Amino acid sequence: MSYEIIGISVLWFFLYGYLIVASVDFGAGFFHFYNKVSHKNYQVNKLIQRYLSPVWEVTNVFLVFFFVGIIGFFPDTAYYYGTALLVPGSISIVLIAIRGSYYAFNTYGSKDSKIYSFLYGMSGLLIPASFTIVLTISEGSYLDISNGNVTLMLGELLTSGYSWSVVFLAIVSVLFISASFLTYYAYKAGDAASYWLFRRYTLFWSIPTILASVLIFFAIRHHNPEHFSSMLDISWMFILSLLFFLAAMFFIYKKRHLGTAFILVMLQFFSAWFGYGASHLPYLLYPHLTIYDGFVNETMAIALIMAFFAGLLLLIPSLYLLMRLFLFDADYIQGNK
Amino acid sequence: MFMEYDPAVYSRILTGLTLGFHIIFATIGVGIPLMIALAEWMGIRKNDPHYRLLARRWARGFVVTVAVGVVTGTAIGLQLSLLWPNFMQLAGQTISLPLFMEVFAFFFEAIFLGIYLYTWDRFKSRMKHFLLIIPVVIGASFSAFFITTVNSFMNAPQGFELVNGVITDIDPIAAMFNPATPTKTAHVIITCYLTSAFVLGMIGAFKILKGDRHVYHKKALHLTMMSAFVFSIATVVIGDLSGKYLAEYQPEKLAAAEWHFETEEEAPLVLGGYLENDGEIKYAMEIPYALSILAHGTPGAEVIGLDQFPDEDTPPLIVHYFFDGMVFIGMYLAFVSMIYLLLSWKKQQLMHSKVLLWSIVAGGPLSILAIELGWVFAEIGRQPWILYGIMRTPEGATTSDHVDAMLYLFIGLYAILGLSCSIVLKKMFNNNPAAHELEQRGVEDRGERT
Repeated sequence: MSYEIIGISVLWFFLYGYLIVASVDFGAGFFHFYNKVSHKNYQVNKLIQRYLSPVWEVTNVFLVFFFVGIIGFFPDTAYYYGTALLVPGSISIVLIAIRGSYYAFNTYGSKDSKIYSFLYGMSGLLIPASFTIVLTISEGSYLDISNGNVTLMLGELLTSGYSWSVVFLAIVSVLFISASFLTYYAYKAGDAASYWLFRRYTLFWSIPTILASVLIFFAIRHHNPEHFSSMLDISWMFILSLLFFLAAMFFIYKKRHLGTAFILVMLQFFSAWFGYGASHLPYLLYPHLTIYDGFVNETMAIALIMAFFAGLLLLIPSLYLLMRLFLFDADYIQGNK
Repeated sequence: MFMEYDPAVYSRILTGLTLGFHIIFATIGVGIPLMIALAEWMGIRKNDPHYRLLARRWARGFVVTVAVGVVTGTAIGLQLSLLWPNFMQLAGQTISLPLFMEVFAFFFEAIFLGIYLYTWDRFKSRMKHFLLIIPVVIGASFSAFFITTVNSFMNAPQGFELVNGVITDIDPIAAMFNPATPTKTAHVIITCYLTSAFVLGMIGAFKILKGDRHVYHKKALHLTMMSAFVFSIATVVIGDLSGKYLAEYQPEKLAAAEWHFETEEEAPLVLGGYLENDGEIKYAMEIPYALSILAHGTPGAEVIGLDQFPDEDTPPLIVHYFFDGMVFIGMYLAFVSMIYLLLSWKKQQLMHSKVLLWSIVAGGPLSILAIELGWVFAEIGRQPWILYGIMRTPEGATTSDHVDAMLYLFIGLYAILGLSCSIVLKKMFNNNPAAHELEQRGVEDRGERT
């Protein structure tokens, strides 16, 4: 395998990690706020906080990892995306800043505040939507590259059906992933009321999620036929994704194997995510930038990959410890520790 | 607006604003874990619940500041590419390794900070919980180390060949361990410790001044001032080494900082003062030979002046004020902590005198000011270069049309974040004073109030 492929796979994998942990986090923030204003079952919110509090910082690192890594492996992306994304990128930063800070202010500050809860609940939902702009413009025809200058065609972007369907998918997926995790978590905690509530949320959000996925599949066909045909070449990955989804819904509907159900949801997004990513190759930005013409020099690539594996050796045991102590410790989840 | 739109100028202002805001939180983010570790360690060693509560309360306030540090750090991480795409395209070839490793160090820290905060009463052995803060201290200091190597690289780029504007022949280790790395990283890390000790010392001193004579605050003050003294001595030593580094590798930066216009031997050090438009220095104090000593260690050494450089390669002379401000505050902090130490050793009845306590309180904001001044000096002092000797700052900037609007957006954001953060911190501690928490936790009052 070439260094380019290793590099992009590592980054794509991290972005996938972010997609899962951030979705759980963002969705939970939204549910926290929603349940608060609708005065539903205050116990649910305590449960959400118990899960989120030890991990929120870790979530953010996945993201930083990705954008530092992509500049590392593919410095030319800085030129294209950096120039074009100044405004949408800055808006994302502001949303991340609001979300992170007000989450901490609300959780560690002296009292629970409705305004703070609103700020981090809503910003959490807008962050994934704002990030999708990167995915959208990577499909091409939203950038004007002429006279050595890169400009984002904001008008085209905002009136495009494709870009809005990606935004829609991002938002509903966040709610769906988060609800399916919290269903399992509430079940483990023996919190029946929360469990019923999240089970309902999961079933509810599964419908728009799958509809949006199908919609996007066909929107790409219209928008970028070349990409669509390479998607068809590996269509088994998307079919697999659909099967994982159906199995997960079956278990949740039958109220059985909830842990497995969440893993199936993760696999559903894993296969769709990698199917989308693989079919997008070799382009980082269609049709201007491929992974081959924007690649870092070889010495640096080797150094980065080595640093990456050394880092993993450090992180995997630490993450395991974190999970053992909080996510999978029945006593902790139930609030006895 | 009052100036013509120039993306490079606005990019510089916005980067400066974000970093200027970020380093307040980043500095204490690096230093406070060490102080928490010291307090918890004392608590275990002396079996003293006051120190353990100290660690606990510091940790609680710390998380709130960490949050702002994390989000502003994310902001600057993204802004590097958004505001300086041309610079990142070129330098990304060499600085991505330390950037990558910085994220790893921070990842490590984030995981263990989460564990540390939620396991206070979970383990039977107190040592076990104490051990969890060690990776946080290591992660915090290492992320400071790695990110500072990036900045060092911008000041002393090496480890590559530049052929027709393209970077080749890269040696990532040489790029990371460039000549600026030892002094810069050491100076950054030690001043983070110093500032954190003073910020925490300020809280203790302020409480005692407000009439809270609880022994808890006295212990806090003692621990922080002892540490501050050690850190300030180290700061002075490293500061001196930094001066020698500048003299050898970036003489025009040192010359601008010292208003040293003509190359000469036995060069005097200019303290304070004011520069008239015609280049006359007014009201300054001159210490003979001191600059030669600072630069080369001997009074007779020749120090290169600004006359050796073309005008377009020299930094603005305003950096002198920043440099002096930083040095004065550094000296002040060393002096105050030394007086505290002497009094606590020889004349205990004076160690809580009003004058000394107020001086310590002033040390808190002053130490943060020194961090800002030192950083502005270091950054403006390498103008006009973004990559010293290789790329000028405007060449690295974005060409986008909207940097000005983004600047206003971020001014608003930081104002709101800064305000909310101080409100939250204030409420957190005012609603739950230490004495109250000690009682609540069933820590007996062993008649130690005085």
